[in-house]
Amino acid sequence: MAVGTRERGALTHPDVTRLDDVNRDVLKMLSRPGKGWWALFAMCLGGVGMFLGAWFWQIYKGIGVSGLMSPVGWGVYITTFVFWVGIAHSGTLISAILFLFRAPWRQSIYRAAEAMTVFAVMTAGLFPLIHVGRVWHAYWLVPYPNSRFLWPNFKSPLVWDVFAVTTYFTVSAVFFYLGTIPDVAAARDRATGLRRKLYSVISLGWQGTDRQWHHFGKAYIFLAALATPLVLSVHSVVSWDFAMSIVPGWHATIFAPYFVAGAIFSGIAMVITLTVPMRKIFGLEAYLTVKHFDAMAKLCLFTSLIVFYAYLSEFFLAWYSGEEIERHAFWNRLFGTYWWATWTMLVCNGFVPIMLWFKRVRHSIPALFVISIFVNIGMWFERFVIVVTSLHNEYEPWAWGVYRPSVFEMMIMAGSFFWFGFWFLLFTRLLPPIAIQELKEVLPAPMRKKKSPAAAEAH
Amino acid sequence: MSAHGILASYEYLPSTVDAIEKLRKAGFEVKAYAPYPEHHIEHALGYDQSPVRVWTLVGGLTGTATGFAFTSWTSVDWPLVVGGKPMISIPAFVPIAFEMTVLFGALSTVIGLFILSRIPNVKPAVVYDPEFTAGRYGVYVEADGARLEEARRIMNAEEPVELREGAADA
Repeated sequence: MAVGTRERGALTHPDVTRLDDVNRDVLKMLSRPGKGWWALFAMCLGGVGMFLGAWFWQIYKGIGVSGLMSPVGWGVYITTFVFWVGIAHSGTLISAILFLFRAPWRQSIYRAAEAMTVFAVMTAGLFPLIHVGRVWHAYWLVPYPNSRFLWPNFKSPLVWDVFAVTTYFTVSAVFFYLGTIPDVAAARDRATGLRRKLYSVISLGWQGTDRQWHHFGKAYIFLAALATPLVLSVHSVVSWDFAMSIVPGWHATIFAPYFVAGAIFSGIAMVITLTVPMRKIFGLEAYLTVKHFDAMAKLCLFTSLIVFYAYLSEFFLAWYSGEEIERHAFWNRLFGTYWWATWTMLVCNGFVPIMLWFKRVRHSIPALFVISIFVNIGMWFERFVIVVTSLHNEYEPWAWGVYRPSVFEMMIMAGSFFWFGFWFLLFTRLLPPIAIQELKEVLPAPMRKKKSPAAAEAH
Repeated sequence: MSAHGILASYEYLPSTVDAIEKLRKAGFEVKAYAPYPEHHIEHALGYDQSPVRVWTLVGGLTGTATGFAFTSWTSVDWPLVVGGKPMISIPAFVPIAFEMTVLFGALSTVIGLFILSRIPNVKPAVVYDPEFTAGRYGVYVEADGARLEEARRIMNAEEPVELREGAADA
């Protein structure tokens, strides 16, 4: 049984020695929320209001309220779509890939990371719908028998993307739900009243019998094995939305690995951004230790190096190709209309993470939090640079143009963070945000004390 | 199905494993509870490969076949030549077939898991210790009369925290 062969005793803290200590600490988080939580929740609700308001205004008035106009037909919406899909990726990396590699530090963070994946894909999935404008026609994306006898063009990467993102959402939601079942059962056994009823339904009557654990462990491994190539495929397909076209700055074979590395880079930064306050608010110092943050920081540094290498090789190849239009595209990135976006991207993703080489920075949680915010910003700008600077100066100079995001686009973009926060906050109060059963696997198993002969006879 | 049985709750893993081994030696069919997947318990119960893998494989292959079949059929159903490429462009259909493989494989794995591990199970067990999801291990056998007393004796020898009699759904 492979699941049981984890590193025993990887979790060492004086406050957590017994198996039910984990239940005590994690289920405590599901109790009545404090003022801070309510304040954040109210803020997120307000933000969701802004998000929906701006979207409804766009539906009512038409896509003209955005700044999208020829030649820049893809703007902030597509940028934000790619951003959120990217955020999702490190959740699957932590929950599936590091699971298969048996990384001993993933247990404490993987539930939160997985929830982040589900909510981020949910958020990302809204953006193509927002972007198409006439959202009531969004079902045209899905192949279905219709009166015009038409099918989607399966040779188009945009259709691949529909399949990739919907599959990703379904599989990661199922994977997330499956992992919570035993933990929700644990919450059920402690809860009373309405919550007990709710958890009974969610946990599907899980009891932790040998038969259940046996099949659960195997199913979990197979799901992880399916999710691993899936996560690599999704951002590759997203990158082909660009790379399959002939737009200078998009048409590059490096795009798939470059996007996947960027996705994991931004995602791991987002995990840090989310877990630092979570640790503080819920007092999870015993479970989220400096060791965990150090490991995440190293992953962040590693992917930052890949991403920065990809930037440099793009610039180098543009120069080395000798192709005038390609050269212009990259010169224009650095010194053209959108120079500020490119330099934000380079500073936030290439230079700021250099600090992670130092152990003192990796071991300072406030420093990591600040760096993670820089990376989030930088990665949003990376997608903006790729999408907008490539489109606004294409082949024909008479067809060049400048794109300015409208205030509605910015409201929708900013609102998506509140939408995401809304779901994440609900998650921290309704489902065990730390994987109870996986933490128990890394605790030392309870061993019996020396049996006294007198006690043995008494029975 | 519900029958008479006895349930022991243990605090320590070795007690649980010993109880399971002794009960099995005495010819009982044992059901165990644990707060996390414990391979010592699985080993004591003599588990072999889980058939979940068959569900994964069949689901995945069905997905691959569906992906290629559907894309090819729709391309021929309404012929639309794009970029002078052949109607059935297998390389372009690989991403779709791949995604379908993962989707069908994952969903079929979950369906297989549900069927094999008997969930959703809305009927609550009559004897169950809520501590099984916290920190205790459980051992349950179905027995009556003299056999029940024999099971009780074996269970008691490993110092259980608690013994309960009643019926658990199988």
